[in-house]
Amino acid sequence: MIRVMSLPPLATVQDLGRHGHWFEGLGSAGAMDPVSHRIANMLLGNQACAATLEIPLTPAQFRFDTRQAFAIAGAVCGANLAGRSLPRIFAGLAKAGDTLELGPIRLGARLYLALPGGIDVPLVLGSRSTQLREAFGGYEGRVLAPGDLLNPITRSDPALPPSGISLDQPEFKLPAGGIIHLRALPSTEHDSFDAASLKAFWTEPYLVTRLNDRQGHRLDGAALTRSSTGELRSHGIVPGIVQVPGGGLPIIQLADSATMGGYPKIAAIIEPDLWRMGQARPGDRVRFHKVGLAEAAKAADDHQAAFAKAGQALADAFEQQEIWA
Amino acid sequence: MIGSRAVLFQAECPFDLENQQRFWAMADAAAAWHGVREAVPAMTSLTLLLDSVPDDLDRLAGRLTELWQTGLRKTVEGRLLEIDIRYGGKAGPHLADVAEMTGFSIDEVIRLQSAPEYTVYAVGSHAGYCYLGGLDPRLETPRRKVPLTRLPGGSLSLAGLQAGVSASAGPSGWNTIGRADVRFFDPFRTPASLLKPGDRIRFRPVEVAA
Repeated sequence: MIRVMSLPPLATVQDLGRHGHWFEGLGSAGAMDPVSHRIANMLLGNQACAATLEIPLTPAQFRFDTRQAFAIAGAVCGANLAGRSLPRIFAGLAKAGDTLELGPIRLGARLYLALPGGIDVPLVLGSRSTQLREAFGGYEGRVLAPGDLLNPITRSDPALPPSGISLDQPEFKLPAGGIIHLRALPSTEHDSFDAASLKAFWTEPYLVTRLNDRQGHRLDGAALTRSSTGELRSHGIVPGIVQVPGGGLPIIQLADSATMGGYPKIAAIIEPDLWRMGQARPGDRVRFHKVGLAEAAKAADDHQAAFAKAGQALADAFEQQEIWA
Repeated sequence: MIGSRAVLFQAECPFDLENQQRFWAMADAAAAWHGVREAVPAMTSLTLLLDSVPDDLDRLAGRLTELWQTGLRKTVEGRLLEIDIRYGGKAGPHLADVAEMTGFSIDEVIRLQSAPEYTVYAVGSHAGYCYLGGLDPRLETPRRKVPLTRLPGGSLSLAGLQAGVSASAGPSGWNTIGRADVRFFDPFRTPASLLKPGDRIRFRPVEVAA
């Protein structure tokens, strides 16, 4: 059991999303950075869809009321457990009374905290993710607050080395240097933008602004104009769509995206690159790279292969630890 | 493509109930196709969520065009919901703008807006939200250049030839003219969404604020 001592009011319980209710207008929600979410789960032997706590703002402090295994992954924040500094990706055992402190985020934008078997919140419409707009799912349909208690689904601790285990993730590197590369497919209104706008969109960096949350990011940079005008009828959209409202500055829809929208769509970020936007912070820059379906399919395969590799690296790390122990 | 595994199909057609019924029929048919997770109609368009990245988009587009050209329509004997609306004031901050844009008085806008029976063309945007067809074309207005970041649930808004009542608080780029008190989505109800495509709504003005 883990108790929230201090935490800015933005953290939510998330899994890999609530699917199958799109026809009722319900977006999927789910982890903004599914890669770090999955890695945190992997460290504890959890299923990929087990619920974690997504923390987009620190500093934060948690206290373990009982002995408890846990894992963290995602943004770099100088985490420490009972004063002992922890690597970015770590799983270990806390003693009863230990405090987990998360410092200010220095790289990336979100941390994931996992417990054995996943965080124990009710399954609603097939998922444990928080739907912030509809205010259900997750922890009472809301952001976490000091005093809240998180329980693991599995009460027994997984086998972990006494000093814990950490993992290097060259496959899923956080974007250092502030440039985030995003591969994207041209979308429905792509060809209706004028030549100068298309050139700017595909070659110039766009700035990640402070106007960002789980629903999406507003970007700043070269304004984009269409050679044809007129209102579009409302149509389906999904996370990763890049829309261009009347002002000409792109918006990227993310995990809490609406299921339908009306703005012109210039591009669709491929799914394996979406996690990078979940780790984007104001001041970062994004570069869009045009790809076709074949590249999108290959990227999906590569993404799966990278997880397999991470799983293997973890198995190797366990083996190493056992040898050293 | 609107995503690695999401396809949007649109056809050149007027925005009316007959064409919308063709998209409802298409959604039913395409939902049964191998590799399709969900097939959801929007406003004279259809979105397919797929299991994997399609390897042959031309073939998929061909199948969808063929399906559209069959002209098959799905008629729905939907339920009729009557909704009380408070127009103007804080409940409808853009009522005066709509009057100005359309050249009608505020009373005329309310009369024209509450006269027809609306049909739920599509459910989407946010949970339980219904896109309605049936708006008097004289009330056609453009979307707002700067969207509102937070509009309360129950807001009755217009844009283009579309109308709808929001089911929960959120951002909106439409012109909001009034408010209702209805629970359009409840995750613990089956089905969770109050209305589905083909259901109908009639608005009853109960209050008008300047």
